Amino acid sequence: MNAGVPAWARFTTGGPSEGTAGGIGPLVVDFARELRDEGMSVGTSELLDAFDALSTVDWTDRAAFREAMSTTIAKSQEDRTLFKLVFDRYFFRATEAEAAREHAGGEQGNEHPDGEQRKGDEGEPGEGGGDGEAQIDIDALREAIMEALENGGDDTLRDLARLAIMTLSGGASSGVIGVDVQRVRRQLELRSQDLPPGEEGEDLRKQLQKFEQHVRRELEARMIAETGNLPTARPLNEMNRALPSGGTQDLAAVHRSVKMLKRAMATQGLESRGHQRTGPIDVRGTMRASLETGGVPLDLRYRPRRPRRPELYVLCDVSTSVTSASVFFLSILHALHDSFKRLRTFVFIERVAEVTDVFEQERSFKAASEKISNTAGVADISGYTDYGRVWVDFHDQVAADLDPRSTVIVLGDARTNGREPRADLFGKVTEKAGRSFWLNPEPRLYWNYGDSVIGVYERFCDGVFECWTSKQLEDFVRELTAVRPR
Amino acid sequence: MAISPASDTPELSSPEAVGAGLHSVGYLPDETTALVSYLAVQLGKPVLVEGPAGVGKTELAKALARFTGRELIRLQCYEGVDEAKALYEWNYKKQLLRIQSGAAADADSASWDAVQDNIFSEEFLLTRPLLQAIASEEPVVLLIDEIDKTDHEFEALLLEILSDFQVSIPELGVVEATTHPIVLLTSNDSRELTEALKRRCLYLWLDYPENAREIEIVRMHVPDLDEKVAARLVEVIRMVRELDVKKPPSISESIDWARTLLLLGADRIDRKTFEDTMSIIVKHRTDMDLVAERVGVKLDKSPASITGSGPRPAV
Repeated sequence: MNAGVPAWARFTTGGPSEGTAGGIGPLVVDFARELRDEGMSVGTSELLDAFDALSTVDWTDRAAFREAMSTTIAKSQEDRTLFKLVFDRYFFRATEAEAAREHAGGEQGNEHPDGEQRKGDEGEPGEGGGDGEAQIDIDALREAIMEALENGGDDTLRDLARLAIMTLSGGASSGVIGVDVQRVRRQLELRSQDLPPGEEGEDLRKQLQKFEQHVRRELEARMIAETGNLPTARPLNEMNRALPSGGTQDLAAVHRSVKMLKRAMATQGLESRGHQRTGPIDVRGTMRASLETGGVPLDLRYRPRRPRRPELYVLCDVSTSVTSASVFFLSILHALHDSFKRLRTFVFIERVAEVTDVFEQERSFKAASEKISNTAGVADISGYTDYGRVWVDFHDQVAADLDPRSTVIVLGDARTNGREPRADLFGKVTEKAGRSFWLNPEPRLYWNYGDSVIGVYERFCDGVFECWTSKQLEDFVRELTAVRPR
Repeated sequence: MAISPASDTPELSSPEAVGAGLHSVGYLPDETTALVSYLAVQLGKPVLVEGPAGVGKTELAKALARFTGRELIRLQCYEGVDEAKALYEWNYKKQLLRIQSGAAADADSASWDAVQDNIFSEEFLLTRPLLQAIASEEPVVLLIDEIDKTDHEFEALLLEILSDFQVSIPELGVVEATTHPIVLLTSNDSRELTEALKRRCLYLWLDYPENAREIEIVRMHVPDLDEKVAARLVEVIRMVRELDVKKPPSISESIDWARTLLLLGADRIDRKTFEDTMSIIVKHRTDMDLVAERVGVKLDKSPASITGSGPRPAV
């Protein structure tokens, strides 16, 4: 690949002969600006590193060029994804703009695409084309493609595919991808029959298929761009999704988002601990260490302060009004279960039942919720939530296990359907537990309207949170696991 | 920078050469890995390697050391690692002995200055991995493993070393590197590292290799294994990784499994072989159920062993 100029470079740049890092400088800086616009932090020192790196690699090789920039600029996995998206968008537009310009001008030039030209042509790729008359030298293109089929890399093929689309159709599409692929093939006169038969032709045929795949992918990408459904980079950074509603959401997705949450929590824990990480002096340890230095306690030993790992008692309303929120919440908790010393889960509608095992065994969201509704036996006759009875049961069966280190979390809308709330028993439960929180999956606006009695319970809780997006849920979990002196 | 990175050696002259070199010592890098390794040597910058457990992050450092013929100095990080364990420590015991013996020998003439100069000299310094790497006469490869396990303060400690390759010891002055070490930091991505640290590093994300490359890796380590079995094995491993398992099988586990299959003389992977040897690649009880259910059934589709019983996969 080092020998000679790659085919795509011949079309898009002046080739490596005039290739100094200075020529491409404005382009890279402009590219960095675009990255910053997408919310990535690109410092000057990173840019300098990128130039250093570019000066040592052969940047006519697309992969080397991209990876050299990526390794110096994008410093996390999310940033890398973003980088790739923006890179494709930015540099391919430059290539396309060049092709479109050549196409419109009706001449085949070898000008260098510099920053100004790119900016001028930014916007719709290929807006200059559209007349359908191919004026670029198709034979030259075809030759380049044939050459690439024989010994070119994947990147070269992809670039040629882009170029072929641009030059042959000027960006205009028929709207049906299959038709367009056929058109490109026909105009380039690429037929698999023309290739040498047997062993020798086998590789070429494979390469041709690859080329066609590239053409197809390019056309798809173009279509997405035109209809405005381009998957933009920005949502990558947003965690504020609405809660999943219904059984289609797989637990795997929950686990993925929990992984991010875990990572965020790990960072947060350290920050909040600061230099108060060690506890009081460990006298025994200090004495033992001082023996090494002749009884002089040079080295003070401290007791490590363990991060708080709460014992959790979670009660979830699983009546139809709040099911999706509660099952999602439970699955988050179970995915996080190693952050907690002990986690016991209960569900309730009219009665309360423990379902700790279900989440440990079932990995699929649907199976878990089915199992809960089939086996828990929490609904009696009406299927309406009866908080009063739940508190009676819970107080009788579980409250004895509660101690000041345990945390009680209730997830429910506190709609009693007109039944007795028995806030006095709930008060007794919260008194025994160290902390107690209530999560309400209804927006705060609806609280205490109709049969909602959240206000009655609120007096006994350390905190009442509204919780109807996963962002709010994450905030709460963070709050729960944060280490703070009490 | 006081010293220029050593890059004149012909085997470090291009990314391809570095890739070939790594290959020759038994590590199969992809193009990006080879390129970043090359850049690390050329630019003299540390590399931050991130990726899931068991993709060969630590192995990369070892291979680089083998390939360049340098010594590998390794600092294993953990929660609570501090400068006394990573950088240097004064040898208190020896210092104390020195003071006591001096006082006993001649009580009157032992001038305070002499003792003070004496006990804060290199003789009483215990070097730890980082200082060792900096002070080494020969160029070394420094591996700082699992940097994400440490505290934020420790990262700050690393900054001076990573950007200037020097260590300041208050009593002795600044120790500067005489040779340029290749520095690799690995992280399992369990927490976000600080911007300041990232800014000083090149970034390399290692992921599970593509099928073709993993087959190559397996065949390199277990050359006697039949090619078809190796291909099938990698395919199955891929299937397991795609499931939502607690601990996806790593590359080393693929190799272990390949060795096992070779020992058992298995010429194909059918459901029975798979379920018998599954414990090598799957190490959680809940995972095993899931994998047996999803992957085992797929293996059933191979001819001659259709049983039809067993749980259906929930799609």
